Amino acid sequence: MAEAGSSSEELCDETNWVFYKYRVEWKDVTPVPQDDGPYPIVAIAYSEKFQDIYDYFRAVLKSCEKSERALQLTKDALDLNPANYTVWQYRREILKHLNKDLIPELHYVKEVIEDNPKNYQVWHHRRVIVEWLQDPSYELSFTKTVLSQDSKNYHAWQHRQWVIRTFKLFENELQYVDHLLEDDIRNNSAWNQRYFVINNTTGFKPDVVEQELAFTLEKIKKVTNNESAWNYLRGVLLHHSGGLSQVQNVRKVCEELYSSGNRSPLLLAFLVDICEENIERADGDKADSLHQAVQLCDMLANEYDTIRREYWNYIARSLTQRVNGSEEEASGSTKTDLNC
Amino acid sequence: MAANVRSFEAIKKERFKDENCPTPTSEEQMKVEESVEQLFDLFSKIVEIDLDAPTLLRLHHATFLKKSLTYLPNAYQCLDASRPWLCYWILHSLELLDETLATEDISKIVQFLGKCQCPEGGFAGGPGQFPHLAPTYAAVNALCTLGTEEAYSIIDREQLQKFLWSVRSPDGAFMMHPGGEVDIRGVYCALAVARLVNIYTDALFDNSASWIISCQTYEGGFSGSPGMEAHGGYAFCGLAALSLLGKEQLCDMKSFLRWIVNRQMRFEGGFQGRTNKLVDGCYSFWQGGAFPLLHRILMQEDGNAVSMERWLFHQEALQEYVLICCQNSSGGLVDKPTKPRDIYHTCYTLSGLSVAQHFVHGKANIVGNRNNELALIHPVYNIGLEAALNALQYFQRLHIPQRQPS
Repeated sequence: MAEAGSSSEELCDETNWVFYKYRVEWKDVTPVPQDDGPYPIVAIAYSEKFQDIYDYFRAVLKSCEKSERALQLTKDALDLNPANYTVWQYRREILKHLNKDLIPELHYVKEVIEDNPKNYQVWHHRRVIVEWLQDPSYELSFTKTVLSQDSKNYHAWQHRQWVIRTFKLFENELQYVDHLLEDDIRNNSAWNQRYFVINNTTGFKPDVVEQELAFTLEKIKKVTNNESAWNYLRGVLLHHSGGLSQVQNVRKVCEELYSSGNRSPLLLAFLVDICEENIERADGDKADSLHQAVQLCDMLANEYDTIRREYWNYIARSLTQRVNGSEEEASGSTKTDLNC
Repeated sequence: MAANVRSFEAIKKERFKDENCPTPTSEEQMKVEESVEQLFDLFSKIVEIDLDAPTLLRLHHATFLKKSLTYLPNAYQCLDASRPWLCYWILHSLELLDETLATEDISKIVQFLGKCQCPEGGFAGGPGQFPHLAPTYAAVNALCTLGTEEAYSIIDREQLQKFLWSVRSPDGAFMMHPGGEVDIRGVYCALAVARLVNIYTDALFDNSASWIISCQTYEGGFSGSPGMEAHGGYAFCGLAALSLLGKEQLCDMKSFLRWIVNRQMRFEGGFQGRTNKLVDGCYSFWQGGAFPLLHRILMQEDGNAVSMERWLFHQEALQEYVLICCQNSSGGLVDKPTKPRDIYHTCYTLSGLSVAQHFVHGKANIVGNRNNELALIHPVYNIGLEAALNALQYFQRLHIPQRQPS
């Protein structure tokens, strides 16, 4: 939504445009002006064309006319405002009523999406049409085209996930994800899609977890400050009984990075969580782990991640209290025992 | 250097490092940082002369907003199905700026919003359109912001509850409109209006909490629908909706907290919406606004460790980003430098600024000019705190309709 800039209608063939109010084939219809009441608020300076088209759209809506000409009218209305969900909804009702061939509709909505790739209504319309057709055959290539323009377009990913899940089209998706990650290892949408595919196919079974850990650790070694990869690593480790701290190759990479002088805040943050796990473990040296964690939190708060100083100070306090609190509890219970 | 701002020399070390692996993400990020750095540099010269800087251009913003309330240029045609939103964004921004409206103007706005209310319940994007949850949320928020008896009583609560039932799906999620898309905005909008005007029933939101939780991702934030990527706008909807249900404890708070604190940009000071995306002024609220909710939750779980002075993000840095990088010199605020102003960004940058300025009980922490201080908000609804409390009190007295699914 830009304040400056011309709307697409000005660029169209304005010279050949005939207002609905001058069209013979529409003279049986009385246009219905917008009823803003006596005090229009947030009044938009509609173009004459916009006003004309919507006056007729309101008329058609009021009389429940579901005809070819009404279908065309919705197209003109959507051309001027593709975010008007009422027009889309009514268009679907007309399509149903006229029992229209839906393949041309798919081509139509493709064009609208290409012009408005970040609009909820257009993507929803496409989804409904695909649902009605029960034919997902164009969807993977179509979303791929949209994602080639903007590889993080949320709507496109949402549509793609829906298609893949509904029609079981997981087969080549990991390859596609790999290709996107080769283009941009920082593309978080692609990492998320990787998780989505695995979660819905093999699941994170032990061998898959190993394979994903190896994959992710390689990527982390290449770009150590890539949060997408670190987050994915944590995601994979949710499915590993060793947690963050007990997985050999993960520990090894972290230790190597740290001793080579790497101070990526993401690495240090991961080390804090390793310490936290060690604090939680019954056999661990709580005091030592706490000491390390607090030291790391201080480094993060004061030097490597100062924007998050409040958070790191909180984590340090929280861990300290957990350790001290449990010690108090332990000594408290001893006392009770003695009293008994 | 003025008090309360970061040292711009010191934060140069926070610039993005691409580790010799440039990708589209890192290139775009570095471009944005370049434009932000120019403004920071300019600011450090200004602040040598004007010790009060940065200053919120209150008058410019108020003028821009008041003009927009009556007249919007042709480019807003694409928001013709979001007119209650336009009202809400403007009214809420004016409220934050402590601007008052004449009684007769308030009544005119109420009557206009009444024209957007549908006979079948709920509000539409404009007069004569179909009811939809998003403009319903916006209209109810706008009416509660106005806060007059006329504004409250124009809401048809019986019909509104009926509309909410009509968009509820059995799994607890909500469609945005009959035949429309399902995502986490739906359940938040439905809960916010239901709680605010006191038409909430347990049956209406049966299963909603577990549906919301199914949107929490491995990163910790919430996505628009299960399986998708964690996202600032949806994360706010998820956490606020859980708060409205009183079911915050179902959320993995540790991973949510980790995810959301990491959305604050180390150089720019503002928030990004998703991992490895760019800063955007509107996330000042969508992400920043989640911190008061988080604070309340953490107070219950981990009260002794929680700071009693600050939220868990860098409040000064966010104020710097909004004040230095998001103000249009002719009024209105923006996503990021070089972007055009608009009402949506004006509303959410100011809302985020208010959160960054105030801790619990309104304890203020103001960057720049003292007059920069904005009014307090209620973080769950994002309307003025006073407006929210007045509305809750008003509707509390009314009977709760007990409609069942038809």
